[in-house]
Amino acid sequence: MSAVLPAIPPVLAAIGLMLANGVVLIYMLRKVLGHLHLRLGPTHVGPKGLVQTTADVLKLLSKEDVTPNGVDRWMYVLAPVVVFVPSLMAYAALPFSETLRITRLETGLLYTFAVLSLVPLGVIMAGWASANKYALIGALRAAAQQVAYEVPLLLSVLPVVMIVGSLDLAEIVAFQTGVWAGVVPRWFVLLLVPSFVLFMISALCELNQTPFDMSEAESELVAGFATEYSSMRFGLIFLSEFSNSFVISALAVVLFFGGWTLPFVPDAVIAPVAPLVFVAKTYVGIFIFMWIRGTLPRVRIDQLMNLGWKWLIPIALAWIMIVGVVVKLAAPGGVA
Amino acid sequence: MSETVNGVTFIILAFASIIGAIGMLTTRNIVHASFWLLEVMVAVGGLYLLLSAEFLAVVQILVYAGAVSVLLLFVIMLTLRRREDSVRPVEISIGGGVLAAVFGTVIYVAIAQYGDRVAEMPDVAPGVAELGELLFTRWALPFEVASLVLLVALVGAVWWSKEEDR
Repeated sequence: MSAVLPAIPPVLAAIGLMLANGVVLIYMLRKVLGHLHLRLGPTHVGPKGLVQTTADVLKLLSKEDVTPNGVDRWMYVLAPVVVFVPSLMAYAALPFSETLRITRLETGLLYTFAVLSLVPLGVIMAGWASANKYALIGALRAAAQQVAYEVPLLLSVLPVVMIVGSLDLAEIVAFQTGVWAGVVPRWFVLLLVPSFVLFMISALCELNQTPFDMSEAESELVAGFATEYSSMRFGLIFLSEFSNSFVISALAVVLFFGGWTLPFVPDAVIAPVAPLVFVAKTYVGIFIFMWIRGTLPRVRIDQLMNLGWKWLIPIALAWIMIVGVVVKLAAPGGVA
Repeated sequence: MSETVNGVTFIILAFASIIGAIGMLTTRNIVHASFWLLEVMVAVGGLYLLLSAEFLAVVQILVYAGAVSVLLLFVIMLTLRRREDSVRPVEISIGGGVLAAVFGTVIYVAIAQYGDRVAEMPDVAPGVAELGELLFTRWALPFEVASLVLLVALVGAVWWSKEEDR
């Protein structure tokens, strides 16, 4: 069993990161949304309401786990796990620094998208098993939009892969170190603006976040597919949603913002604090997601589907053609 | 990775896929059946990974588990009128039995032909770049034909669903 034992600590670390990230993000979400709405957010428990989330977690853990009558028993129990496990697996390929990562995969980028594509299945499972109309409608909406937006999400990152010539997340980061002409960081966000815009829109949709949160539109569907879940089963579903925010934001950092590196700062200086730089960048991304969430109204489901199929996918395909031609012309010998 | 771990993992995955397939065939609830199918697909993806076919495993998860099962569930849930309709009676069809028997025989004969021949595995599994290069040079024609077939199916599906509207 020698090969199994060394794999245990990184997995435990990922679970720990996921839990800590959930606790931090709930507090952050409440505070950020609160201030965006000219409210204060939590203030009572602890200084500036800092312990509020901890209290909530304890509450979730100690609450009664209610199983409604008429649910599809096995699937009802299994669904939160099916939602949670892919979210946990998505951490496997994320490079926090040159050395700190769970595993180095040649197909890291594709792997992360593949495991994230399993999340809608857990959502459908939860919605179906709940035997509740709102839950099922919410689940089908969530799955429909996630399946629809997976296509532009994958297409939007293809130009990056074409230029780097690798699906390995670490190599994508390595390509972005340094500066052009002494001043411009070699970040893909500056080189491939359309890709980044496409990625951001599709990512918001993948995450079921406002303005694309049709799956749990509170005013229409109670809490969508999670309506019938209580206690820590509900906790698992929510933890997975916050964790997906982290993973998608981390992917954006890797693909477009140079991962753990900083421009103008030599690698030797960053090396000891690289994971911190990475996590800080990721949290800036999450803050922007929350900013959008607190600012924009929800779109309608038909508008969402039109945007995805009729606009984003054709634009993404056209952009891939353009980048492909430019890459070929710029470097006849190979990839720049 | 040591042999024992591989063996244990293989047995777990192999049994998972077989049990999933049996579960899919024996359950009377079509929603359960599609989740069993999903389990089979994920387990087979794991088997690919054991063979160092990383890209194939990832694509198996992305396309079959992530997209095909979701579409399958969608079709089931959009066509079910009532929740109770998901439970179907067991239908025994002679044609299906004959087809299964023929298929089983063909597969058995094919495997028997190969006998104990063990495929030689390279020391280092080829990576994604090598695979892509082969696909677009040596196997370019079959690759393009497969793409064309998929495109035709796509256009056909759109045309078919339009016809219903009129």
